[in-house]
Parts: sequence; structure tokens; C-alpha cells
Amino acid sequence: MKIPYYPGCTLKTSAKNLEVSALESAKVLGVELVELPRWNCCGAVFSMATDDLIHQLAPIRNLIRVQEMNEKGIVENENRVVVLCSMCFNTLKRSNMFVKEDKERLEKINNFLSDTEEPYQGNIEVIHFLELLKNDIGFDRVAEKVKKPLKNLKIAPYYGCLLLRPEEIAIDNPQSPKVLENLLEALGATVVDTQFKTRCCGSYQTVNRKELVAELAYDILNQVKISGADCVVTSCPLCMFNLDTRQEEVKKAHPEFKTIPVFYFTQLMALAFDLGESFYRFDLNYVNPKPLLSEKIF
Amino acid sequence: MADVERCVLVVLEDRKLLEKIKELSGIDLSVCMQCGICSGSCPAVDQMDITPRMMVRLIQLGREKEVLDSKAMWICLSCFTCYARCPREIDFAKLGEALRQVRLRKGLDYIRISEIPEEEFKKLPQIALVSCFRKFTS
Repeated sequence: MKIPYYPGCTLKTSAKNLEVSALESAKVLGVELVELPRWNCCGAVFSMATDDLIHQLAPIRNLIRVQEMNEKGIVENENRVVVLCSMCFNTLKRSNMFVKEDKERLEKINNFLSDTEEPYQGNIEVIHFLELLKNDIGFDRVAEKVKKPLKNLKIAPYYGCLLLRPEEIAIDNPQSPKVLENLLEALGATVVDTQFKTRCCGSYQTVNRKELVAELAYDILNQVKISGADCVVTSCPLCMFNLDTRQEEVKKAHPEFKTIPVFYFTQLMALAFDLGESFYRFDLNYVNPKPLLSEKIF
Repeated sequence: MADVERCVLVVLEDRKLLEKIKELSGIDLSVCMQCGICSGSCPAVDQMDITPRMMVRLIQLGREKEVLDSKAMWICLSCFTCYARCPREIDFAKLGEALRQVRLRKGLDYIRISEIPEEEFKKLPQIALVSCFRKFTS
């Protein structure tokens, strides 16, 4: 199965560990995620002002790339695009909905792009990799591929905001999501439910108010510890940065705080599939997860 | 100018602002019943000078300038928790965006990129920088 894949900027740099682990795990499951040719930054946040069409151009250009992949036969009859980053997913999906629900908007955007682009037909569907795992591949199939079950690992799933809110783009029940839980159970892990799994990590405020983000991360990670989990799992590179790298700031504000590893769900999938170090890239995680893994798994 | 005329002008200007916010956000704030679940749900409310509920009330009363001068809209995380829980389905994140846009479209940036320390620049992932600049600069 070949399916178009939109990486986004961060997956090519600091979140390379999310990309390499996802692409290789997908291969094991018989899915080839084919990177969009000439993709561009989606803008990271959906522009919510009703009159702001200019910021919809970047996301829509990427959807035109998916159309072209079908026209050129790079993929066959596959109008879906898979996204790994939660922020890119939210932005692309909302922009897609924004132009699909109003023909006039779509026409204006197409007219603006007409010098360089084919018109966007409005037929592309934006999905998250977790949806592909759940709906197309199935967690039973994931479980079949597990070589090294994560059986002693107690994991707290952390969804953050952008996979679940606003409700119209949610990949699961926004109040009580289960998709990460089901995946982690398929990998043989013990799932620990925590109170703050859908609470915001502080998002973009990490640039100019890192102390605020450190406090939010402190609350979330303390809940994880109280629940008895050994580590946290996320899908978003910004949640990863705020919960993982910002632990440095958490320690400054709360010297008694003990660091706790944070993983991408794909890293744990690659680990359970026993794909090898080069596909885990734990060197990019701020809190070194190796001591925990050697204690619990190896 | 007589005080009465000045009052009329202020009111007219405020009304214009109210209309502008409505136009930019597409939200009808008159349906808000001031239950306060938005403020109770906000993970960053303790950092705000006026709460989300107060923000809506001030706009309802035509006192938008107090809202525009507040720092609350710059603290908003766009996490959509308030929207998810609002019994009147007011998308508060859109309201925050509209308020920021009123400022930003006058060229009044909230942050200066040049003031971000270089070591932070090297550490921060692109999505943090891009999303922050999108929210806080024009």
C-alpha cells in the first residue's frame, strides 16, 4: 500500500526521531509512506480569522501536491495524505475544511494560485498516522509484528490539543480518546491513564514565556508520576519539546523534580518491532530513555 | 468638542470595534450567559489580567479597548479547551485571534524576533518559532 505523506519542517530536523521510526515501522506493516514532492511549510497554526485567505495558500498548495501525485501515477487512486506532526495535521485538516465548506473561498484561492498551480479540486482527505494504524492496518496486525513486547513499561499517553480539538477535526473521542492506549496495548505495554492527557503543554508560548510552559509541563509530568507511569508518549514535536526539553527549565524552578523520559509513539513501535537503534534515534530525546529501557525491557 | 459629542464618538468607535471583532471571528458574543466555564477550563488563566469570561463581558458592554489593552489575548494558548466545554459553543480561540489581529493589522507586533536569545533560537523546533511568529507578529 502506497500513500502520500506530508512530513512538515520539524520532522526533518529536531523531530527526525519521529519520522525515521514512523517510516520504518510503516514498512514493517506493509505501508509505504511516499513523501510529497516539493512540499512546503503548512504555517504550523490554522489561521482562524474569517477573512484571512492568504494564510490558507500554504496548506492548500500541499494538498495540490497530493492531487499531482495521483495524476502522475506516483500513487494510485489515493486521495488521502498521512501526517505525523499534530500541528501540521490540525492546520492541513482545518484549512481543507475551510475551503471545502465554501466554494467562493476555494475559487478565490484557485484564482490566486492559477499562475503556478492546477486548481485544487477539494477532494483530498487529511488523516493522521494514528488513524491509518487504527482504521486501515488494525492493532491486531500491529500486535502480530511485535518481536520485543514492551511488557514491563508503564506508559502514560499524552494527546495534547491538536489531535482532538476542535471536535470537528478530532481523530478520536475528544473527551476520552483511546487510540494511543490501544496502540500501546498492542505493543505489549501497560497503559496508565492520567488526568492531564488532553491538557495543553503551553504550545508556542515556549518561545517567549518558557517559565509558563515549564509550569504546565511540571503539572502534567507530576500527574504522570502520581499515576505510576515510567514515561510519557506523544505524537507532537511541540508537545515533545515542551514536555521533554523544557524539563531543564522545570528543574530550575523545582530543584526536587526528577526527569522522566518522553517518547514518540512511533519510537516505541519501532522498538517493539526490534528495528535497531538507527530507527529509534533516542539521541534526539532530551531526557535519555536508555536507563529506563535497559531496566525494563532488555 | 463638547463632552457629549466626545462620548458619542467614543461609543461609535467602540461599536466599530465590536463589529470588526464579529466580522473577523464570525462569533456572536451576545449568546454568552457568563457561566465562566471558559475561565475555569483555561490552563493559563492564572497568568491573565482579565479572564476569558470577563473578556467576553467587556466586549458585550462595548468596553473593547480594555480588552485590547489587556495581556490576556497574548497569553491564550489556542488549546480550544474553552471552546470544547462552552455550553453556547463560543469558539473563544477565534475571538482571541480576532483581538490579536485588530492589533497586529496596525503593525503592532507583540514580540520582537531580535529579542529571542540566540541559544533559545538554536534549541527551539521550527513549529514553535513559526507558530509563535504567526500568533504574535504581523
